[in-house]
Amino acid sequence: MRVMAQMGMVMNLDKCIGCHTCSVTCKQAWTNRAGTEYVWFNNVETRPGQGYPRRYEDQDRWYGGWSLNKRGRLVLRAGGRVKKLFGIFASPVQPELKDYYEPWTYDYKTLVDAPLGDDFPVARPKSLITGEDTKITWSANWDDNLGGSRDNGHLDPLVERVRRESEDKIRFAYEQTFMFYLPRICEHCLNPSCMASCPSGAIYKRVEDGIVLVDQDRCRGWRQCVTGCPYKKIYFNHKTGKAEKCTFCYPRVEVGLPTVCSETCVGRLRYLGLFLYDADAVTAAASVTDPQDLYDAQMNVLLDPHDPAVQAEARAQGIPEDWIDAARRSPVYALAKVYKVALPLHPEYRTMPMVWYVPPLSPVVDLLRDQGHDGEDAGNLFGAIDALRIPVEYLAELFTAGDTERVTAVLRRLAAMRSFMRGISLGEDPDESIAGSVGMDGQSMYEMYRLMAIAKYSERYVIPKAHVEQAHDLEELGCSLDFDGGPGMQDSSPLGEASGRPVPVAVDTFHALRERQTTDEIASGPGLRGRVNLLNWDGRGAPPGLFPDTPTAPGAGSGPGERP
Amino acid sequence: MPALEVASEAGPGTAVVTTTWDTVLWGVLPYVMVVVLVGGLVWRYRYDQFGWTTRSSQLYESRLLRIASPLFHFGLLAVIAGHFFGLVIPMAWTQAVGMSQEFYHFNALLVGGIAGVATLGGIALLIYRRRTSGPVFMATTRNDKTMYVVLTAAIVFGLWTTLASVFEGEHGHNYRETVAPWFRSLFIFQPDVAAMAAAPFSFHLHTLVGMALFVIWPFTRLVHAFTAPLHYLFRPYIVYRSRDTANGRRTTGPGGRSRDRTAAGTRSQVAPRRGWSPVGTPDRDTHNR
Repeated sequence: MRVMAQMGMVMNLDKCIGCHTCSVTCKQAWTNRAGTEYVWFNNVETRPGQGYPRRYEDQDRWYGGWSLNKRGRLVLRAGGRVKKLFGIFASPVQPELKDYYEPWTYDYKTLVDAPLGDDFPVARPKSLITGEDTKITWSANWDDNLGGSRDNGHLDPLVERVRRESEDKIRFAYEQTFMFYLPRICEHCLNPSCMASCPSGAIYKRVEDGIVLVDQDRCRGWRQCVTGCPYKKIYFNHKTGKAEKCTFCYPRVEVGLPTVCSETCVGRLRYLGLFLYDADAVTAAASVTDPQDLYDAQMNVLLDPHDPAVQAEARAQGIPEDWIDAARRSPVYALAKVYKVALPLHPEYRTMPMVWYVPPLSPVVDLLRDQGHDGEDAGNLFGAIDALRIPVEYLAELFTAGDTERVTAVLRRLAAMRSFMRGISLGEDPDESIAGSVGMDGQSMYEMYRLMAIAKYSERYVIPKAHVEQAHDLEELGCSLDFDGGPGMQDSSPLGEASGRPVPVAVDTFHALRERQTTDEIASGPGLRGRVNLLNWDGRGAPPGLFPDTPTAPGAGSGPGERP
Repeated sequence: MPALEVASEAGPGTAVVTTTWDTVLWGVLPYVMVVVLVGGLVWRYRYDQFGWTTRSSQLYESRLLRIASPLFHFGLLAVIAGHFFGLVIPMAWTQAVGMSQEFYHFNALLVGGIAGVATLGGIALLIYRRRTSGPVFMATTRNDKTMYVVLTAAIVFGLWTTLASVFEGEHGHNYRETVAPWFRSLFIFQPDVAAMAAAPFSFHLHTLVGMALFVIWPFTRLVHAFTAPLHYLFRPYIVYRSRDTANGRRTTGPGGRSRDRTAAGTRSQVAPRRGWSPVGTPDRDTHNR
């Protein structure tokens, strides 16, 4: 057993209102640059829908992830090492820009500069790729809220599969009855196929927290990772010629702050925490024959942080005590393995994804309510879950490789929690039978409710900090996308776009941000070392260095010109 | 031009008169080229890892690329193999294994010709694509254009020497008696200038352009060839790296980590953020174009 720590995320899809705040703040933080205009490390998809890039889940076309060969061994679906090297001169199955969308801006200048005339000036859309006038035909969330509609629903690869498997009996009348949002980031898999696809070995998994990063210095732009990732969450920066991906906001996580997408989530639906897992068991778990067994195999790889043997082994592997403690308090471990309500996205890709989803019960509740039933009655809900084959089958395609029983069990737990807590809110005695019907007891059901409904910031995000003794090293990671420094990048340096010497990461900005969020005093950390970062000035008082020092001549009293 | 006349005995039987020009071109220039190539590569590898990439444009256009790029690259690999056989393997060796001169040349011209035409066709298609496909042309830097001129010239002149041999037939020039001995003599630091001087003009031209290509090589996108990922065949699929050693190689750079840290404050004011340039269109960001 080789115990390793892994930062994980759980998203409770019931709470997602599809506001895209996570996407926007992520974009502002990470991909607001030339070359990454079309890139959304975090995107929110309406389901059913095609997703972003379009139909990325159709692995018969994109060959992402792993598959088993005839001997039952794990192989990259896009082909082995030799095949990959022979296809390196023109990546055989790489999505083009049109599969994502052509990013654009508007010609705002016309609005300002247009001469006075009879007609209103119009800001035409301009392509950010060619700079020419363009026609907007698609975007990262083009079919927003059109999930399951007649026009777009059938283009969803999962809908296609569900229909094929149920011999075309389904009509869209059913499919229109449910729709939900699916926020997606990089899965930071335990068995990442992007990493295995990278000819340069530039993609790596951090030993300490399992975050998967692209070393920007080692990436040579062979693009195989884009094909390899079945979630299509590795993007090619067309300006720098390097692959980029979600970083799990590692500079924030290292100082104990949640990722930007989690921090800004309006519905507070994201949970962050640690998993402890057995790294030696990953390959075997990803190689189980039946895709529907992958969920159980993945669960078995996750270790119980309360188990003394696991703790001892973790200590032996050099995992610090506060990290083991954080693993014990981990909300993601609780949701995934204790309460078993969080499911991995597309386990059948065999990558062991570490971003988990609580499937949405709301479509079922909404349907019951629309039909005039009591949407929170346990009996009604259980009956509806069993009767509503289509949503369940669809969710099963997403989260359990088609195993509907697993999804049903999760939905029943969520339904039971709803009914159980409604009873308590109405002043009735806790109905243990409801909890018992889904294999839980009243106490654990209440704890699950607390975690899912009213958990506070510090309970939703249990993030152990990187250790102080490592802080020195953290300032200059080889993988960073974001470096401190002024704008003014020349469009092309003599050696091509964006060449030059590396500039260190400024972690102190994040330290200051954290200090500002957690202190009652004036936030002016020693980390700033005499400099003043106005972005971190909260307006209270005047941090030293904000104003130039006034010369203190002997005998000079406080004059009228002296600042307070 | 005062001629420094040196009689050589290394040529194919005939004494050749070499001039100062010959000495400079075939005795000095190759070493200058190697110094620039190796020095440039080392410098670039140490200071510009971030700029070391294929700079692929497949995201913009892949229909033509899918044909042109493999055509060019595989053709080029065959061409490189051909150069190896022609320049490195001595004529005596092939004769020793019973390969006749005619058979060797027929083979070299056939395979070399096909590979050369494939390479030329590939690069022609790539240049056509680069010019006609809007986004690809937008992403083409001056550096790229220079590189394309030199690279294409090297291929065209190389093909010329091959085709010339075809048309001259039996009476064609045997480069294995001139260029190849000169090439090998470079490695023992006793350049056989006279042998190279005896080669026809087409070979001189091809060699010079080739050397020019190697001189600019470290400063163009061509560097990606030197990091051809052959180690992919042997590395484990899953890569674990510690935070602490995430940039092991960079910290060994000159100045080391401590200087980087202290210099960060001042340098960050002038150094651009890597991979960071503002989003915009030319009409909006005129200062950036």
